[in-house]
Amino acid sequence: MSNTALSNTARRRFLIETARTVCGVSLVGFGLGVYSQNARSLSITSLRPPGALAEKDFLAACVRCGLCVQDCPYDILKLADIIDQAATGTPFFEARNIPCEMCEDIPCVKACPSNALDKSLTNIDDSRMGLAVLIDKETCLNFQGLRCDVCHRVCPLINEAITLEPIHNTRSKKHALFLPVVHSDKCTGCGKCEHACVLEQAAIKVLPVSVAKGQIGHHYRLGWKEKEKAGQSLVTPDSEHKYNLPEGLNYDHAGEGLVRD
Amino acid sequence: MITASINSTTSQTQRHWLLRYKWLILRRTSQFSILSLFILSPMTDSWFIKGNLSSSLVLNSIPLTDPYLLIQSFFAGHSVTATVLIGTAIVSLFYLTVGGRVYCSWVCPVNIATDTAGWLRRKLKIKSASLFIKSTRYWLLGISFLLAFISGTLAWELVNPVTIIQRGLISGLWISALLLLVIFIFDLFMSRDAWCGHICPVGAFYSLFGRFGFVRISAYNRQDCDDCMDCYSVCPEQQVIKPVLKNTDNSPVITGINCTNCGRCIDVCDKNVFKVTNRFNHSTTSNEFHSQESFQ
Repeated sequence: MSNTALSNTARRRFLIETARTVCGVSLVGFGLGVYSQNARSLSITSLRPPGALAEKDFLAACVRCGLCVQDCPYDILKLADIIDQAATGTPFFEARNIPCEMCEDIPCVKACPSNALDKSLTNIDDSRMGLAVLIDKETCLNFQGLRCDVCHRVCPLINEAITLEPIHNTRSKKHALFLPVVHSDKCTGCGKCEHACVLEQAAIKVLPVSVAKGQIGHHYRLGWKEKEKAGQSLVTPDSEHKYNLPEGLNYDHAGEGLVRD
Repeated sequence: MITASINSTTSQTQRHWLLRYKWLILRRTSQFSILSLFILSPMTDSWFIKGNLSSSLVLNSIPLTDPYLLIQSFFAGHSVTATVLIGTAIVSLFYLTVGGRVYCSWVCPVNIATDTAGWLRRKLKIKSASLFIKSTRYWLLGISFLLAFISGTLAWELVNPVTIIQRGLISGLWISALLLLVIFIFDLFMSRDAWCGHICPVGAFYSLFGRFGFVRISAYNRQDCDDCMDCYSVCPEQQVIKPVLKNTDNSPVITGINCTNCGRCIDVCDKNVFKVTNRFNHSTTSNEFHSQESFQ
């Protein structure tokens, strides 16, 4: 009888302790689940190393070993401390502090054991760490008509990723503005331009590609592009206008006007 | 940092002090050496070892990867690379041989803090009710896999104190490293062996390797046990000692998967009850237990 009582007490104790643990662990799990969703987007000032997978995939793949950081010859990359603006332990850099030097042999990608930095990236010019955006035209010196040009000059892909486009200066009425224009098909997001911008706060900033780029609706068809693709217009060409003239009369569109046979 | 229990009342020790701290000294040497190698290699440009305990590269050729991370990454939906797979295989084989929780007691730097906290608890006679049950860690282990699967990221690694501390010490991220102090205080006041013995899912994961671990501790000389309880007072996983020490029907080999092979029981026992052996060596100093066959 006392044995049964004892085992009952033991069983009660076990069940209560287990329930308590499951509740506690569930709470931790819930909190962590919510936190992990919030931590899924990288802060806007932080950039991933070249070849990094899309942020969500990157956070599944990166084992936080720091091999890329140790192999970076310029000490640009660092591992996120718990208070940094990137998921704990993941590699990142801040372009305004120190931009990527774009090594030709891409040692950081080679060092990555888990392919979080994609090994298929072999040409550094193909990397897309972010996209430079001339975000503040009101302070950019070139937009004021000055010839700062620093972002253009430091760009490793000068005249490809950043070009200077001259337009008329409507303020002075007699000069040109040379506007820095970033081309997303060439910009690697290395951050040299943001780093070099002479303003107190950079007017050109490297943003995550997903933030910087718009996207046209998939159902959109641009006529001139479709025409180029097809090699001809896709709509039936307009038939030449004809006047309904009496016999013996013609109309010459080139300028002759009414022509009598 | 060397910790010890000197609260034995029943036995006056005659052994040389080096014998009483042998395994502890070896263990601390191992922990500090591994940590130093990781910290110093980048400074000296010798690159003996790169990376950290999550994943590393030895002599620029041999990859090592923590299997716990690999499995989380797998659950998060990332396709595993050959490098990581080879690294994991090497690490797994090692722990299958020496015992899974050798990671905890011979490698992990957190253990130094929690051992010290445990020692201080005994010194200061801090007694507090156990707040956590031993299986908490397995629930957390399950949660870490479940969260990786649901969130598609290594969710647990956002907060895992073990990897955060290791990374903090190795990469010099001082706020991360400061977490070591938090764990120390936690273990000192919350309850005995609170972190390593109850909560840590990394330890729980490595415990699973312990089921097959070849190197084991054996209470081969248990007939000399004089019930001084020294081994119980230092052991971070006391539940593994009980079945082998007093129950002479059992094999003397400690097969509890939570045993960390730390060897503290060997150090503190003045009767030389324990020794390091393999899991198939069921011999004892008495005649009570001969038939090894019955365990195979």
